[in-house]
Amino acid sequence: MSSDSITAKDFADREYRAGFVTDIESESVAPGLSEDVIRLISAKKGEPEWLLEWRLKAYRHWLTMKEPGWANVHHPPIDYQSIVYYSAPKQKKGGPKSLADVDPKLLETYEKLGVPLHERAKLAGVAVDAVFDSVSVATTFREKLEEVGVIFCSFSEAVQKHPELVRKWLGTVVPYTDNFYATLNSAVFTDGSFCYVPRGVRCPMELSTYFRINAANTGQFERTLIIAEDGAYVSYLEGCTAPIRDENQLHAAVVELIALETAQIKYSTVQNWYPGDKEGRGGIYNFVTKRGKCLGRGSKISWTQVETGSAITWKYPSCILQGDDSVGEFYSVAVANNRQQADTGTKMIHIGKNTRSTIISKGISAGHGQNTYRGLVRIGKAADDSRNYSQCDSLLLGDQCGAHTFPYIEVLNSTAQMEHEASTSKIGEDQLFYFQQRGIAPEDAVNMIVNGFCKEVFKELPMEFAVEAQKLLGVSLEGSVG
Amino acid sequence: MLEVKNLHASASGREILKGVDLVVKAGEVHAIMGPNGSGKSTLAHVIAGRPGYEITQGSVLYKGQDLLAMTPEQRAREGVFLAFQYPVEIPGVSNVYFLKAALNAIRKHRGEPELDAMDFLSLVKEKAKLVDIDESLVKRPVNEGFSGGEKKRNEIFQMAILDPQLAVLDETDSGLDIDALRIVASGVNQLRTPERAIVLVTHYQRLLDYIVPDIVHVLLDGRIVKSGDKDLARELEARGYEWLEAPAAP
Repeated sequence: MSSDSITAKDFADREYRAGFVTDIESESVAPGLSEDVIRLISAKKGEPEWLLEWRLKAYRHWLTMKEPGWANVHHPPIDYQSIVYYSAPKQKKGGPKSLADVDPKLLETYEKLGVPLHERAKLAGVAVDAVFDSVSVATTFREKLEEVGVIFCSFSEAVQKHPELVRKWLGTVVPYTDNFYATLNSAVFTDGSFCYVPRGVRCPMELSTYFRINAANTGQFERTLIIAEDGAYVSYLEGCTAPIRDENQLHAAVVELIALETAQIKYSTVQNWYPGDKEGRGGIYNFVTKRGKCLGRGSKISWTQVETGSAITWKYPSCILQGDDSVGEFYSVAVANNRQQADTGTKMIHIGKNTRSTIISKGISAGHGQNTYRGLVRIGKAADDSRNYSQCDSLLLGDQCGAHTFPYIEVLNSTAQMEHEASTSKIGEDQLFYFQQRGIAPEDAVNMIVNGFCKEVFKELPMEFAVEAQKLLGVSLEGSVG
Repeated sequence: MLEVKNLHASASGREILKGVDLVVKAGEVHAIMGPNGSGKSTLAHVIAGRPGYEITQGSVLYKGQDLLAMTPEQRAREGVFLAFQYPVEIPGVSNVYFLKAALNAIRKHRGEPELDAMDFLSLVKEKAKLVDIDESLVKRPVNEGFSGGEKKRNEIFQMAILDPQLAVLDETDSGLDIDALRIVASGVNQLRTPERAIVLVTHYQRLLDYIVPDIVHVLLDGRIVKSGDKDLARELEARGYEWLEAPAAP
């Protein structure tokens, strides 16, 4: 009996484990946004003139835009002048040349988060780019990737070393005029990851970026660009955490994927930004634009996301299926517990002939959480014989939470086939009692039911991360029963 | 093994059990009979610890411990098993995964090592024969899409795997055709051991033709009004419950 009470207490203490702050000297610009701040960011990064111009065009356009009001989320107005747009841990001039130059406190931070960057302890078979506040602090396994011609580095470095690639592809999937948050990101983005897989190369390991917001009142605006040339394959994973703070922090990222002929990009996200406390104080506003373009014939882009964190999530990883026979996939698990709000889904834009898309969305609502699936499937005029299958399932824990589904379907071609399935279920007291009567504690019962519910999505994640995602889900839903 | 003393329980403010006394010893099979609404299922639920009941008076001792102070899962780990009248469906969780988690929770509580997948699967194979349950059912999500008979068989199968010391079978015979009843009854009979106590809750005598009880109790309006041997069940079958009604309150 005593062992039971320990388990229960463990659960109570298992709140947000990534919530610590790293005490490190940072270099930040004053809060506020202006052309001067953008010039300063660009100068700090030593950017070419064309990129500065692109940022300024975005900024001027942003000034004419309004925040979108259509999402099923509610928050007080964001004061964009109180946000710090650039914060970086102080480093030796010219940045670290190798891991030996990286501040031990930073290495320790990632170590604590379970992402070791040391050469000896590196995650086997996974190359990691670690982004801390506004800058990338380390990228592992670079040499090994270079041997096969894969470029994997921070965005800033790509601007310096591969400007032709960046200039060619930046903004081709998410233009700087795209939407309020993407436009803001285009003006002020500070770092992110860049990946280029040349023709016919199968990237030999998982690539991953680990995003960490540390500094207070700082927004993180990273930009990720992944290009897979003809016949290339890459699997990419991002993870995100932030310290516990009472204020809300803004994260407005942009991710652009480009898949050329028969190329495949698999993009997985395990998002665990600080979700705020039980009363809804603090937490990250995660307003992200992710989009992939299947440009070449027979290309494939697959999004898998496990969204457990953030006070508010607003993101719709999408696929533009331009090449004939291209394939788009979206697998999602989104959790809204306590006062979290999630409005997430996807857009599948069928342009090419015989294009196919699959959408599997699993929404879990608990506490006072509000979970919205919002998805668009558009079959264009020329998209002969295209197909879509959508499945949206919602699981409710308790009676104070909500699940909402908004599917939008636009079909302009009569040869298209569409299927949509939806379900809503609730974990009932009867089910929990059944588990208990067989000796299984209610928390474990919820974990088992939720993991069963999410199985279809978890199997799309790379093995190591599927295990991590299951654990994370357990922690996110802790205290949601009984 | 089980000692119920003057147990009073109510649900939503209505008193259902009005002073139940019951003593069950290891190795015994007791049948609790009574018409609908007499409190049979409530008694089964209260023993297992189902939420929604208020215990207003009395006590339940199990192996000398205060059963009512334990959470439902502690009771289960101590060896109390309830075969549900209406087993719930649990989509997405396979029967075998569910049972392995249950068995290992119980083994852990007893201080025994957890069973690995191989040992567990051979146990499943062995016990599946007992109630003639199809192995494909074992792999499917718990009770999902099972017929009424399959659900009841699954309950007895779970009982066989979890090896409880006190098993309460709540209307396990309801909804079973005669063949299924025979199979379930033979499963239960094979689980009769000198260490195990079994309480059968039923309102038909039919089940007792197959599982012969040591003692039969009649529960009427929240109280046990008569106890006897297996012949009492036959008498009830012939005469109904009316002749026992309106006893003087003690």
